[in-house]
Formats: sequence, C-alpha cells, structure tokens
Amino acid sequence: MEVQIRTVDDITVVEPSGEIDSNSAPELQEQMTPLLQPGAKLLMDMSRVEFMSSAGLRIMLLIYRQMADTGKIVLVGLTPGIQDSMSATGFLKFFTLADTLDEGVKVLNG
Amino acid sequence: MDRIDIYPTHTYEGYKLRPGQVFPFGATIVPGGVNFSVFSSHGTACTLVLFKKGEPQPMVEIPFFDEFRIGNVYAMTVFDLDYENIEYGFRVEGPYDPQAGHRFDPSKILMDPYAKLIGGRDGWGTPPDWNNVYPHRARPLLSDFDWENDKPLEIPPEDLIIYEMHVRSFTRDESAGVRPSVAGTFAGIIEKIPYLKALGVNAVEFLPVYEFDEFENSRINEETGELLVQYWGYSTVGFFSPKAGYAATGKDGMQADEFKNLVKELHANGIEVILDVVFNHTAEGNENGPYISFRGLDNRTYYMLTPEGYYFNFSGTGNTLNCNNPIVRGMVLDALRYWAAEYHIDGFRFDLAAILGRDQNGAPLPNPPLLEQLAFDPILAKCKLIAEAWDAGGLYQVGSFPSYGRWGEWNGKYRDAVRQFVKGDPGLLDEMAQRLQGSPDLYWSRGPMASINFITAHDGFTLNDLVSYNDKHNWANGEGNNDGANDNNSWNCGWEGPTDDPWINDLRRRQMKNFTTLLMVSQGIPMFLMGDEVARTQDGNNNTYCHDNKLNWFDWTQTETNADMLRFFQNIIAFRHAHPVLRGNTFMQHRDYVGSGYPDMSWHGTEPWDPDWTGQALAFMLCGKHAKGGAVQDDYIYVAINVYWDALWFHPPQPPQGMNWYVAVNTAMPSPQDIAEPGTEPILSDQSAVLLGDRSIMILVGR
Repeated sequence: MEVQIRTVDDITVVEPSGEIDSNSAPELQEQMTPLLQPGAKLLMDMSRVEFMSSAGLRIMLLIYRQMADTGKIVLVGLTPGIQDSMSATGFLKFFTLADTLDEGVKVLNG
Repeated sequence: MDRIDIYPTHTYEGYKLRPGQVFPFGATIVPGGVNFSVFSSHGTACTLVLFKKGEPQPMVEIPFFDEFRIGNVYAMTVFDLDYENIEYGFRVEGPYDPQAGHRFDPSKILMDPYAKLIGGRDGWGTPPDWNNVYPHRARPLLSDFDWENDKPLEIPPEDLIIYEMHVRSFTRDESAGVRPSVAGTFAGIIEKIPYLKALGVNAVEFLPVYEFDEFENSRINEETGELLVQYWGYSTVGFFSPKAGYAATGKDGMQADEFKNLVKELHANGIEVILDVVFNHTAEGNENGPYISFRGLDNRTYYMLTPEGYYFNFSGTGNTLNCNNPIVRGMVLDALRYWAAEYHIDGFRFDLAAILGRDQNGAPLPNPPLLEQLAFDPILAKCKLIAEAWDAGGLYQVGSFPSYGRWGEWNGKYRDAVRQFVKGDPGLLDEMAQRLQGSPDLYWSRGPMASINFITAHDGFTLNDLVSYNDKHNWANGEGNNDGANDNNSWNCGWEGPTDDPWINDLRRRQMKNFTTLLMVSQGIPMFLMGDEVARTQDGNNNTYCHDNKLNWFDWTQTETNADMLRFFQNIIAFRHAHPVLRGNTFMQHRDYVGSGYPDMSWHGTEPWDPDWTGQALAFMLCGKHAKGGAVQDDYIYVAINVYWDALWFHPPQPPQGMNWYVAVNTAMPSPQDIAEPGTEPILSDQSAVLLGDRSIMILVGR
C-alpha cells in the first residue's frame, strides 16, 4: 500500500492505493494521524484501493471516527467490490460517501 | 513502561515466542502477536503449524516446548505474526490404538476446535482440492464488531412466532431479486427483512450456520446426473465459526462480520435470531471418516466409543459427540456462551438433544450435567433453549426432557395430533384439547412456553405437500426412496401430487389455512417452515437434505401466484399478535378467577357449553378478561373447528351483555373473505347460529 497526500485549497486529499489489511493498515493510520486536526477537512480518495480486509475496515472506521469528532471527512470513489463488502458487513453506513471528487468537496464545504 | 508479559522469551527458526496464556482456548490476538492454546488429554506432544493464507504448504512448524504445557494444555504466544494473513493448525503425537480409543496421527494437520474463523472453503460449492494437506483452516479473528446499541431482544417466549429457514435457500433463487453478489447469503437475508416484517414473524431459526462441508459425502445421483451435497448442514466442522460459504464476503474472510451485521439488522427490526445447533455429532463420521480436528486431538475424549473402540452412532450419522464428558461439556458451554455474547444470539435449538442427556456409555442420565449447566448458565440466562427431544438411538423424551424449568421442546406430539385431526382421523378430540392449550399433559410443571408448536419443519413435508401427498417421493435423493420418515400423517385430498381439479385444490388450500389457524390459536410458541406461507412445494420429497436446487430454494414468484395464502398468513399472524389471550404464560384453569362471569377457557360443541368429545367438531372460547392471567384486557375469542366432511351448524355461546361476535376467520370462504385484517372484522349476521362449511375453521371475536 502507498499513500499520497496533497492539499487542494483548505482540503486535504488522501489517496491510498493497493490493499488495506492487517499488514498495511497501521501504516495508513500512522500517516493519517497528523492530519487529524480540529477543523480539518479530509477527503479520502479510495479509487485506487483494490482490497480492504476486515482489519482494514476497522482502521478506516477508527480514522473516520477520530476525524469526524474534530473535523469533516468524506470517502470518494469506493470500488463496487469494496462497497459490496462494506455493505454486507454493515461498515458502509458508518461513513459519509460521495461519488466524485467534486461532490466530495461540496460535502466538505457544505 | 512496557509490560514484561509481552516480551518474547524464546525463539524458534527466527520466530519469537513465549509461554502462552492457557485461557482462552483457541487463537487470540494479543499485543505483539497471537496466543495459541489447545488441549489434549492423551496426546504426548503438540506442534503449531502456520501457513501463509491459502498456501499449500506450511511456512513454519513450531513445537510447543515442554515449558509451554500446563497440565494437558499447550499454550504459546508467537510474536510478529500478520494475524490476518495466516492460517494455523496443530499436529499431535500420541498412541494409535483404536481399541483403546486412541487414533493419534501426527501426519495429519488438525483444525483448532475453538477456531473462530475457518477458511479454505470460502465460497459455497467451489469444488475442493482433495489433495489439500489442510482443507478446513483455522484463522485468528478480530472480535471488535461495532454493535452500537444492539443487544439480544429478550422477547417473552410466549410472544414469539418462529420462522424456520435455511440461509441459502431463502434468497438463492433468481426470483428473490436480490443483488447477485449477495444471493443465498447472510447479506441477502438483510434485503428481505421487509418481507419478514410484513409476514409478522418475530424470530428466525436458522438451519445450521456453523462451518460445515457441503461436499461431505457429496455424490452424483446416477438417475438425474445431479450433484447431491450436504445442503442442510447438520454436520459440524467447527462449533465457533459461521459458515464462510453463507457469506457474500466469505471470500475475503469477513463471514463473522457479515453474520453479526445480519443479527444486528434483524434485531433492529424486532426479529430474534435462534440458531439450530448440532452438538450430537461432527463431520468426522465413523472410523472411515476424515481427520478434521477432534479425532486426531483427543478421540477418546470427544467421541462416545464402544468397548471395542468403534463409534457409537446415536445420531444416525456415524459418530456421537461425548457431550457428558466434562471436557466436551466445557467446549459446548464455551461455544454457546461465545455465540450469545459475541454474536448476540437470542436462542438455540438443539438438534437431537436427547443425546445431550446420555452418559459416556450412551445410557440416558436422570440428571444430565450438560443440560443442567446450560439451564443455569449466567451468560445464557435469557436465551431460549429449545430441545429436539429425541435422537436416532430411540430415545424419545417429548414431555420428559430434563428441563430445569428452562428448556422448551419441539413438540412432536403436537405435530402428529394436529396432522391426524385435520385430515379427519377420529378419536382425537381429547388429545387436541391438550395440544390447543399448550400441552399441559406434557408440560404441566413448565407452562405453555415449553411447547414449541409446529406442523411442519425442515424434516418432513412442507405444508403444501402435507395436503398434496399421501406418501413420500424421495427418489431424487438417490437412496431408492428409503430415506425420510414414513409416518407423515398426510392426506393428498384425493389425488397424489399436483392436479387441475379445482375441488381438490380448493380443499388443499382450506386445509393449509386450517392448519395455520390451529397453529396460531394454540397456546405455546408457534413455528412454521420457510415458504409454507406461499405453499412452497418439494414435489413430495420429505427429506431434501442433499439438494442445492429448486427443491429447496424459495420461489419468490409464489408470493404472487399464491398471494391469497400469503395474505392469510400475514393476517392470522397479526391476529395472534393482536390478542394476548392467545399467548398465555400460564396454563388455562377452566374457571373464572377474575369475576368476568366466564371461565378463562371453555369448551363447546356445535351447541354452546356442550362439547361432544367423540365427534369431529369442537369449539372453544377464550375470555379476554383473563388475558395474561387477567393482567391485560383482550377481546373474547371463539374458535369453531369442523373437521367433518359435511357442513355443520355451530351455536356460539352468548357473549357478555353489550358485546357482539365479529367474524375474523372463516376458512370455508374464498380469499379475501377467509380472513379479515385485525380490527376490520365484519359482524356475524346471526349472533346465535352459523353454518360452518365442511373441513373448515371459524374464529369469532367478541367485542
């Protein structure tokens, strides 16, 4: 897994790629922890994530909840396969989703 | 400050280890690694076998050092394991001496009996690799599911209406209309929760969901060329794991999350989850069966053996779990506690539960420690415990199952009596009087909640086939029609199987409605089989355990073609929910103890207050002032039952001053006059007399 982080205006865009599982999830958590600042706006572009395991989903939820407490976070571009897994396991409804980056930005600025 | 109990103290081939924690048994993710704990009473040495997930050969085999063994328990923590990407098993050394009960074979890799997640068979029906050195693979599991506010519902047992269903059958057929990725899975059921709610059931009882092997004894039916499988799942591979093949996410190892999410969603919709659990035998079969787990870990402990070392076969499936051995008892208790606590399961139905009351030589125990322990366990305290109170060894305990005031039973006598009564057999009124009251003759000390009333279940005919076939037609099972029960008490109404004869079809429909009406007005807990509400057929097959096809799959087009049946079921269920007087938690006393002027329950014939116990007509009245022992107010309910072949005049009792009779149900009438939605019942035109058609039931509501 790799993580790219860039800033567009006041929004931080995090773009992980590859597989998020028990092996890689701690690294994602480590890279994202500094971003969890009060008032931060975080857009996670998930379109290059090929697989999320059970542990991966848990770390995502952890990050999401920490972020939602202090700022705003939205997920964009989940692949249909991952979306199916998240739906079947109940994880999907914990997250705010958007279909496209533009929509995600709108949600964060809304 | 770092904790010293998480430091590695040993190494083996580069893996860092330390003596493990003996509790809990199984694999537990701990800080820095994974703890493994397993026991064997007669083994002499144990090795942990680790695989990288899905790899054909182990990545390492680590012997448990002598200082890692406490008593008969081998425990070790292995550090720096990627817990999500490993699989683990054990090799155990010990004597191979079948006559003494020992079958140790260290060439076999054995699955952990406490495995919380089992991989290797990740998708239903994927043909297995028969050369796999370790086909059913234990995996560690993260247990931190987010339940939010969910907990078991604790619905009073007498208020339950149980729907017995098969996970795969419910949504596997294309007609289910669920997303293809979830057809036949736990997630598929979620999409059909609105249907269950509209039907009105408040508990689902799943046929086994523990990991099993659908390819166990799989074979080709030579006549049809069809693959026959272990479809129902009454053959457990692992007692702590949901079946991966039942999960849309099984391929990603997320079956535990998916099943928990299903339980959570059902609870959110007011529906309890009861599991059909099979603690009487395992998938290892007899002496010719495979080594999966128990046989190689501690054969003499886990199985009931004859003096010669062969397997007792009280289950009819090859072996018998040694449930009253203290170690096995502990495992059964651990498993049930785990499902109750980790999966929020509301109740358990124990397959062939009479076996659980046999001692280690097979003799029935007067005070079986396992049954007593489950009855008094603090974690299981609010769980429904339901026994199938017989076994394949001839022990039949309906009415005498050791209950400790806690256990309910599948009331097989209810099923048999109601079937005979409705088809018109004479001489059953005395027994029916007991069955309609929750069988006080059987459960006097326990109350009506002990009686799970049912007419159909997975074993036997569907409701439609009960009124369409005199005999079983099990040829598709490939056993020469010799399998399945012969005492079906069924009646085909004049023609064997499907017919165009409108008179026969009308009668069949009426009989189905009669059965359902009796079920819903009986005291006790009603249960019916998935699909009965739409007249699901199995073409006369009364033992469809081996069919992954339309014989078992719910055909959702029938919700339209048999919409009248579905409507009837929905309304008779709503009727039961609407009337607490049908759902007593104590037996009827047949006297007036609240001063209403009427007994709580009274018997009538075609004439009021004058039952004829030798005829084929019976009526009864429930006094609404006595509902729930007088604690709540309900309407009066009068039920007239005519199982005679001709119409009969019934004269209902005079209701209290100012009260009139309204017609809730008349199964003689075509839909939609057969049943009214609760609250919309039309008034009975002649309050003192009504002609009830042949083989029909009428319910009047007094308000």
